[in-house]
Amino acid sequence: MNLFSFFRRRRSAPVARERLQVLLSHERGNGGDSELLAVLRDEILRVISAHLTIDDDKVQVKLERGQAVSLLEIDIEVPGRLDQQIRKRRRPTGPPLLPAPST
Amino acid sequence: MARVVVVTSGKGGVGKTTSTAALGAALAQAGEHVVVVDFDVGLRNLDLVMGAERRVVFDLINVVQGDAKLHQALIRDKRIETLSLLPASQTRDKDALKPEGVAKVIAELREKFDWVICDSPAGIERGATLAMRHADIAVVVTNPEVSSVRDSDRIIGLLDSKTERAERGERIDKHLLLARYDAVRATRGEMLKVEDVLEILSIPLLGIIPESEDVLRASNLGVPVTLNSPASAPTRAYLDAARRLRGETVVMTFPSQKRSLISRLLGRKAIA
Ligand SMILES: Nc1ncnc2c1ncn2[C@@H]1O[C@H](COP(=O)(O)OP(=O)(O)OP(=O)(O)O)[C@@H](O)[C@H]1O
Ligand SMILES: [Mg+2]
Repeated sequence: MNLFSFFRRRRSAPVARERLQVLLSHERGNGGDSELLAVLRDEILRVISAHLTIDDDKVQVKLERGQAVSLLEIDIEVPGRLDQQIRKRRRPTGPPLLPAPST
Repeated sequence: MARVVVVTSGKGGVGKTTSTAALGAALAQAGEHVVVVDFDVGLRNLDLVMGAERRVVFDLINVVQGDAKLHQALIRDKRIETLSLLPASQTRDKDALKPEGVAKVIAELREKFDWVICDSPAGIERGATLAMRHADIAVVVTNPEVSSVRDSDRIIGLLDSKTERAERGERIDKHLLLARYDAVRATRGEMLKVEDVLEILSIPLLGIIPESEDVLRASNLGVPVTLNSPASAPTRAYLDAARRLRGETVVMTFPSQKRSLISRLLGRKAIA
């Protein structure tokens, strides 16, 4: 440590405090949310797989917990072109999911 | 071929989690594909030290129980591309960790990574023995202090009897990581010397990590110390230790007592 770094140094304790507040506000409420996330993942996948062929291994659930808002992201890798997939899997009786192709 | 490392100690609070994060980061910074695995079920902390606590979705127990795929539980580090974290469960009981499930997860991790670094819980119970079970290499974290040395000796005994390798009659590579070493107190004769600890435990020395405020600051910020203070004494020690783990021969540097300008002004001593 030298004089320069001594004065330039960012105080780290306020950051620690803020990180803990966000984390604990999430942990205290629901005692961990992995069950909820598993249910969400499974239900979302069920809805989507009625229309698309999806591979379990190509599904990624991401979460960024925040103080005011949290961001839940579900990435699903779909092989090929999405519109082709949808047309292929569309139920004959259901309403069209996409407008009919113009050609 | 992948290597499974357990970071273990027996005694609590000696620096296992800090060292898991730092060694994992150091190996990944050298381009290796690394996963750090938190085995401290119910008291996870590796996610905090790595700064990934807001991003945990699924954990080791979810994977062991089949509620999530391994790739869904792995968290990619945002700073080092080749570094991932497999968090422990915060809510579940450690009995939920079943040996067969752990064996399967470790086998799967071996396929994906060069290094699988397991952060053991303190103690000598189930959690600790499961964490060491599949290890090829053990990093025994010890503080230069009587109860820590004694507990390390106990852990070394377990490593030689309870691991898969030991049961197959193979050797498990054991290394001593002397952590929270305070050169000032050692020269004053208030702490066990490096030679003393080495003589008592008689396993090779992987490194000496000085007691340092850089470690505290890094964990406050959730950044492994090797990234947060690249030029600091603990970083140098961890980088050297990582090189030794990779099989390089690196001359051991002993933390020395050095008084810097500011600490002289303040009349305090600092460790260089
Ligand atoms: N070299 C060091 N210098 C200063 N503080 C340190 C150092 N190493 C660890 N610490 C601090 O010591 C405390 C315990 O460290 P850590 O959590 O890594 O230990 P642990 O062995 O994983 O503990 P547990 O047995 O509870 O899992 C933390 O506050 C950490 O910041
Ligand atoms: Mg720990």
